Amino acid sequence: MRLLIVDDSRIIRNRIQRAVRDYNLEVVGTAGNGKEAIQLVSTVDPQLVTMDLTMPEVDGIESIERILAINPGLLILVVSALADKATAIEAIKKGAHGFLCKPFTEEELTDALGLLIKGSAL
Amino acid sequence: MNENDLRVFIDAVSHYFGQTTGIPGKVQTPYLKESEDTFAYEYTGIIGISGRKKGCVYFTTPPKLLSHLLLRLEEPDTSAELKCDLVGEIANTIAGNARQYFGPEFMISVPVVIEGQPDRIRIPEKCRCFVIPVNWQNHESAVIVGLQ
Repeated sequence: MRLLIVDDSRIIRNRIQRAVRDYNLEVVGTAGNGKEAIQLVSTVDPQLVTMDLTMPEVDGIESIERILAINPGLLILVVSALADKATAIEAIKKGAHGFLCKPFTEEELTDALGLLIKGSAL
Repeated sequence: MNENDLRVFIDAVSHYFGQTTGIPGKVQTPYLKESEDTFAYEYTGIIGISGRKKGCVYFTTPPKLLSHLLLRLEEPDTSAELKCDLVGEIANTIAGNARQYFGPEFMISVPVVIEGQPDRIRIPEKCRCFVIPVNWQNHESAVIVGLQ
């Protein structure tokens, strides 16, 4: 599957890239904020997105809405430090398919992505 | 701020190191500082807090901790740019995790990172400011919480 990574931290983007390298995921792009992510969705045509929430320019919640307007079939895993239930519920209501709280281990990340992909194939 | 509020940040920073590296940070005894005092190492990530509570949360550390942590994260680049990225991300994670306790009205800003110049850091007036010293792999650091 084609993966787009969205996070304002380069370290987190790199960590996610390294974590998925042994899985059947092709990283087709990375974005440091929601504005870049919205532009990239049209050009790199991802199937799966990891989405941070607290970002400059356009935040993650607004980005979810806007990228799903471009491609409603996208699978979105929110990866955020915002650990309250209300935020997770809001992200899911906007169209995200899963929520992983930072700080995460690589195993937790690949498990969460695996569940999303498995769920989409059902 | 009360003891339970402080515990939230103690748990968050300990959890950050444990979850990210497998080696939890050792939290030492927190202490209260006067609002006008400043306290910072060479790298500091600052998160502004608004909503029901107002103030700031910052994580401050010398560069050696960040270099060690970057290598632990398999990040070969230990440049100042990546150190700034990491210190901001740690501050963001600690403050963001606190919403599990404080709820969504504990609104956090994107991180502001300061490299050096610790005299420029100020805690908002009327804030009780707690310093939480943290030792990870023999490197000192601190979480500083100033909330009205």
